[in-house]
Amino acid sequence: MALNFDLDEELESIRKMVRAFSEKEIAPVAEELDEKEEFSVQLTHRMGELGLLGPFVSEQYGGSDIGYMGYIIATEEIARIDGSQAATLAAGNSLGIYPIYTFGSEEQKRQWLPDLCAGQKLASFGLTEPDAGSDAGDSKTTALLDGDEWVINGSKIFITNSSSDISAVCIVQAVTGKRPDGRKELSCILVPNGTPGFSAKTMHKKMVWRASNTGELYFADCRVPKENLLGRQGEGFHQMLQTLDGGRLSIAAMGLGGAQGAYELAMKYAHEREQFGRAIGSFQVNAFKLADMYTEIEMARLLLYKACWLADNKKPYTKESAMAKLVCSETYHRVVNHAVQLHGGYGLMKEYAVERHYRNQKLLDIGEGTSEVQRIVIARHIGVPGDPRG
Amino acid sequence: MDIIVCVKRVPETAEADIVIDSTGKGIDKAGLVFDINEWDNYAVEEAVLLKEKYGGSVTVISMGPEESNETLRRALAMGGDEAIRLTDSAFAGSDGHAIATVLSQAIKPLPYDLILTGVQAEDDGYGQVGPTLAKMLGINHATVVNGIERIEGNTARVHRELEGGLEEILDLELPAVLTIQSGINEPRYVSIMGIRKVAKKEIKVLGLTDLGIKPDEAGENGSKTVIERVFLPPVGEGAEMLEGTVENIAERVVSILKEKGGVA
Ligand SMILES: Cc1cc2nc3c(=O)[nH]c(=O)nc-3n(C[C@H](O)[C@H](O)[C@H](O)COP(=O)(O)OP(=O)(O)OC[C@H]3O[C@@H](n4cnc5c(N)ncnc54)[C@H](O)[C@@H]3O)c2cc1C
Repeated sequence: MALNFDLDEELESIRKMVRAFSEKEIAPVAEELDEKEEFSVQLTHRMGELGLLGPFVSEQYGGSDIGYMGYIIATEEIARIDGSQAATLAAGNSLGIYPIYTFGSEEQKRQWLPDLCAGQKLASFGLTEPDAGSDAGDSKTTALLDGDEWVINGSKIFITNSSSDISAVCIVQAVTGKRPDGRKELSCILVPNGTPGFSAKTMHKKMVWRASNTGELYFADCRVPKENLLGRQGEGFHQMLQTLDGGRLSIAAMGLGGAQGAYELAMKYAHEREQFGRAIGSFQVNAFKLADMYTEIEMARLLLYKACWLADNKKPYTKESAMAKLVCSETYHRVVNHAVQLHGGYGLMKEYAVERHYRNQKLLDIGEGTSEVQRIVIARHIGVPGDPRG
Repeated sequence: MDIIVCVKRVPETAEADIVIDSTGKGIDKAGLVFDINEWDNYAVEEAVLLKEKYGGSVTVISMGPEESNETLRRALAMGGDEAIRLTDSAFAGSDGHAIATVLSQAIKPLPYDLILTGVQAEDDGYGQVGPTLAKMLGINHATVVNGIERIEGNTARVHRELEGGLEEILDLELPAVLTIQSGINEPRYVSIMGIRKVAKKEIKVLGLTDLGIKPDEAGENGSKTVIERVFLPPVGEGAEMLEGTVENIAERVVSILKEKGGVA
């Protein structure tokens, strides 16, 4: 029997543990942290203690080594309760820990991974710039070698986990030269927070992920040792693409978990709220909404778990991770829209967790490649004529 | 201090829609999420805390099918040392008495100073297993324990929760069975590292003959109770809201109670 939809005992145990943690430690503070736009160092420490950071990292570097399936289930469970904490986790893992673990030298791994996996420090991935969003290869930030040091100039925007009290290092994608074909040569360089010439400013007034840390970064003749290069010079673009493949699984998990959370809130409310002398969920128009929500969530889950299975079994999964990210975030979009609708006016009030879901959902259509970009990735992989970008 | 904790895997029913199954004697468990009985979770935590304080070992025992391994592993990950699962087709349909028979046979050959169980199981809610087990083993017991103050030599000083907010403190000679009340501690979450560490750990499995139990001592045959029918209580007519002055309301309450036979 080759096909098996059972999650093994270990994965079930992980789900239960993370669910208990999310419900007991995150749920009681989520609304307040969101309202105050406050990043929680304490919850990040707790996620580290519980082994949620470094899920795909081997134990020798302090990881918990449970693979993508376990990682995605953990992210899903946190997103079911709160998008901001899920963002800290997903970015910390997929954008911070992954590139160092995958491309870093033995020394870089030993220097950074134990603290990152323990949740004592955070690493960030500085790709997006004010003028280079979806076209992430068009970075303007430069890094020039001057003797034994890289000299970095430029800026980054919207960088998750980059300016908190425990942000320790940013993986900066910068132009390090010109390729033979005339295009920009990109490389990734580790720049520790606090390096002279590197400043990180927290961005405020976000609609989404308000308790997640987002920073705007400036580099002015910032110097770091030559050894801070991640992997080899000129590999930055490929490192970025590979990093985003995994990152998309975690964003997809946030979509799936968020949709599940919003659905559960809606189902509960549909039982409790009565109008015209009946539970509102008993009106067929609402019952069918719930049926659609449930069905769509199940479809999204199957696709995401398949993508995780491919990743864990070391098979190509670029197309599947793009499809999963697209489907999970768009499922969340439809589900949370129904969920707020079922809540009526109360769904628009901050005391109701569904309100936070409604706002947080939108980021998932945009971050780590917009839905349009996901469709470009998929279209390219299925062999459409021409370049779907243009 | 050698401690044995008896745990049960139960369906979570607090927020689920309960449907009576086709036999009419149980609920339909398909689709329900199962986890460790909440009270047992506190019992495991308490055992691990005692071990951390006084040394010794914690053995967790569960009577149940293979799925109960998950519950046992969870307890191992929290700090248990050994796990034993008791399973046999002849155990099906056991009530509190029959379960206590099976547990007591498994426990007899083991070294122990304390046996902890939850006050009751979330699914059946009988609260019988702990005291019955103590009786069968011929040892002391205390129920609804919400604090273990200290253990000195052969004596444990424990706090029991009584009705009406009263608390009883009593000294108990060991070995003894304590049924643990929820809220006695703050059960720890098991980290992923903890879950992984015990993932491959062997769970000892014992059946009817291993335990020296006769077929008529366990399962339905060994039970003292027979379930005739399970049903949902009928929904009431709805509430009548009384309005007016305090005196008016009090008068109405008394007359309604008289009318319905509530007061003579
Ligand atoms: C809270 C938050 C956290 C973030 N965290 C990080 C982080 O940690 N690291 C990081 O590097 N970045 C991060 N980002 C940035 C995010 O990845 C970008 O916002 C995203 O890639 C889109 O880029 P953009 O905002 O510049 O939009 P643009 O690229 O300007 O896109 C605008 C619109 O044009 C569409 N579009 C663009 N090109 C095409 C095309 N070829 N075909 C069709 N449509 C197109 C887009 O789909 C979109 O609808 C974060 C953003 C936010 C809001």
